[in-house]
Amino acid sequence: MSSSNSHSNSHARKSIIPFWRDERVLTAAAQIISAIIFIGGLIWVGVNLLEAAEQRGLSLGFDFINDPAGFPISEAVIPYDDSYTFGTAFMVGLLNTLKISIIGIVLATILGTIVGLARLSTNWLVNRIALAYIELHRNIPLLVLLFIWYFAIFNKLPPTQESLELPGLLYINQRGLYLSWPRLTETGSLFAVSLLVGLILAIIAWVYLRRLRERSGHSTYFAGVSFVIFLVSVVLGLALSAWQPLWIDAPVLEGFNFTGGLRLTPEFTALLVGLVMYTAAFIAEVVRGGIQAVDLGQTEAAKAVGLKQMQTLGLVVIPQAMRVIIPPLISQFLNLTKNTSLALAIGYADLFNVGRIMINQAGRAVPIFGMIMVTYLIISLITSLILNIYNRKIQISEKST
Amino acid sequence: MTDAGNTQPASANIQPPSPPKLIVWLRRNLFNSWLNSALTLLAVGSIYFIGRAVLEWAFFTADWRPVTDNPILYLIGQYPRDQIWRVGASLLLVSFLTGMSWGKWQGVMRTFAMLLGAGLAVLGIIPAGGQMGSLAVRLFFLINVPVIFLGFLLGSRKFVTGRWVLGGWLFSFLVIPFLLRGTGAGTVLPIVETSLWGGLLVTLILAVGGILLSFPLGVLLALGRRSSLPVIKIFCIMFIEGIRGVPLITILFMSSIILALFLPPELRIDRLVRALIGMTIFSAAYTAENVRGGLQAVPAGQIEAAKAVGLNKFQTTLLVVLPQALRAVIPAIVGQFISLFKDTTLAIIVAINELLNIGKSILQSDVEYLQLQFEVYVFIAAVFWVLSYLMSFASRRLETALGIGER
Repeated sequence: MSSSNSHSNSHARKSIIPFWRDERVLTAAAQIISAIIFIGGLIWVGVNLLEAAEQRGLSLGFDFINDPAGFPISEAVIPYDDSYTFGTAFMVGLLNTLKISIIGIVLATILGTIVGLARLSTNWLVNRIALAYIELHRNIPLLVLLFIWYFAIFNKLPPTQESLELPGLLYINQRGLYLSWPRLTETGSLFAVSLLVGLILAIIAWVYLRRLRERSGHSTYFAGVSFVIFLVSVVLGLALSAWQPLWIDAPVLEGFNFTGGLRLTPEFTALLVGLVMYTAAFIAEVVRGGIQAVDLGQTEAAKAVGLKQMQTLGLVVIPQAMRVIIPPLISQFLNLTKNTSLALAIGYADLFNVGRIMINQAGRAVPIFGMIMVTYLIISLITSLILNIYNRKIQISEKST
Repeated sequence: MTDAGNTQPASANIQPPSPPKLIVWLRRNLFNSWLNSALTLLAVGSIYFIGRAVLEWAFFTADWRPVTDNPILYLIGQYPRDQIWRVGASLLLVSFLTGMSWGKWQGVMRTFAMLLGAGLAVLGIIPAGGQMGSLAVRLFFLINVPVIFLGFLLGSRKFVTGRWVLGGWLFSFLVIPFLLRGTGAGTVLPIVETSLWGGLLVTLILAVGGILLSFPLGVLLALGRRSSLPVIKIFCIMFIEGIRGVPLITILFMSSIILALFLPPELRIDRLVRALIGMTIFSAAYTAENVRGGLQAVPAGQIEAAKAVGLNKFQTTLLVVLPQALRAVIPAIVGQFISLFKDTTLAIIVAINELLNIGKSILQSDVEYLQLQFEVYVFIAAVFWVLSYLMSFASRRLETALGIGER
């Protein structure tokens, strides 16, 4: 608008657009009103809570954290018994959740990839079996599957004396799953350190030499060099540990119980098996979709250039499929993590289950519940943050090539 | 080359006789390499052994009494048997409206009506004990089939508009809760406490109620998240991401147990309603994200065109953006409904008598049933499997019908 008629224009605006139709006033008003409603709601809720707390003698503070918890937890990653504090109990629950989430994510990814590839198999029968697996798991609620695994299968296993067994390796009975497990000997830590150092050096050598090759164009034998470094570290580690780095801790039946070996409780095993098999069905669909999203021309072009089948898969198809796969895969990982909370139904001591017992013991429903919610939120946010960074990295590599 | 063969039928005689189609198919799909042949044999072997074990178990070993003795428990739980007609009337209403929708819209509604009719007919015929086996109940299930057809006849009349049918559905959603709960002692409809409701009835109430109630909330949240007003936008993002970041079980637990502490003590909410609130809040966050996807899919040109025609922001959203966005997200919402339907099982944690919980109580109701977990839970899994498989089948038909992803 020009300056000559600015006066008449502002006059016109004053007369034509009343304040209740002025967009700036309206937007400001909408925001203020919604803020008032929101904050007012919070205050109302808060007042109610304080009143309820006073009437029922509830306490809202976090001072209970250092009191002894007074309840046992069936399995813990860190030392714990009922004389430890509520804070420790909460940590035990959190670590149990993280433990089953991480193991579950790894196994579900492996199984899901296998099923997803089977779904793409040219073998009709393998293809249909994979489809049946996927449809079976996707249309049944996870909780029902967990009930079947835990109440109908793991609880019905034979008693200790009549364990199902792969002698010397694996025993399954009512009390859980007993695995032979390699453990480090006294000198084994030297072996582990040597192995770790060797691995790091090998990776550094791989990355450096590979870059060197890309820059100079000469062959630098990066794979061979890294392999030799790793091999040396293995031999060195073995020598340092007097050739006995590991011993096999095999479960042995003593009286009515097994000792030794790695024991997985029936609750843990049932939850893990249920979660892994359920999530794998969803991951399989993600993997199949991702691989199918790669244009057929890419495979044909790779073949035309003379790449072998494995090279085509590893260098052309998978890198491109990953870009499609990663985002939905992230949400499957998050789902699995959140679904570990179903542990409550079968009695695995996860974050939510321990939290619920804490509420009963300490009588602080609101603060403990707040802790549970915030912890889950933080886990979700961190998981998606890490995987989003990874995702961005592979997206960038697309642009640079 | 094959084309040449086709155009010259006379030369076909020279070629050796082609092997039977079955053998060609087998060779191509099962035995095209030694690895695939090995896999095929392995698969056939395992299918044989697993299949035989499953069939033997299902027909000889399994003790299906907890399922067959009184199947009506799985449908409605402890709903008073003298008031059972109220559940029946609700079902008849739904059947009728499904039939009307079939007549009005054909397509997926036809599939849906057929499935409903077939399902109810099966319920009427299968051998069952308890009240399910009684003639009255059997007849009732069978009556639904002609009622669906009656609805179809009415729905296909010209004078019945889509608005009528939609109004009918809205009416039924408002009336059914009243019909089931009752209006008060001494009236025709004595109160039936929701703690007596159970089984598939409650599962469906939670799923259907959750998705319907969450829909308007989810649309508002999605609009709020895309709003240019920072305060509203931040509230909506906090709500959506906060809900999506925690497990459903914590939300159900909160709405059932913690929520009471935040409300004035006079305000006592029914337990089923509290669970429904939890399902709704949870579902709303996911609906919001689905709708947001739909909103993003509306081309900017549409909004500019609406502005050019002189519509204000409100009109643009209501008349131009939302209709297009919502049409695009229907399949996603159906998918969400299916997963919400499965998620209703979590209500067992807050002591709601949905299908899974009924199964659990039936196991404990009789000493002879105590060890029959496998039978009961496999039956419940089968019920869920059939229902959600049929729903996803219908939703795939819906997707093709709407032509989404084909434009």
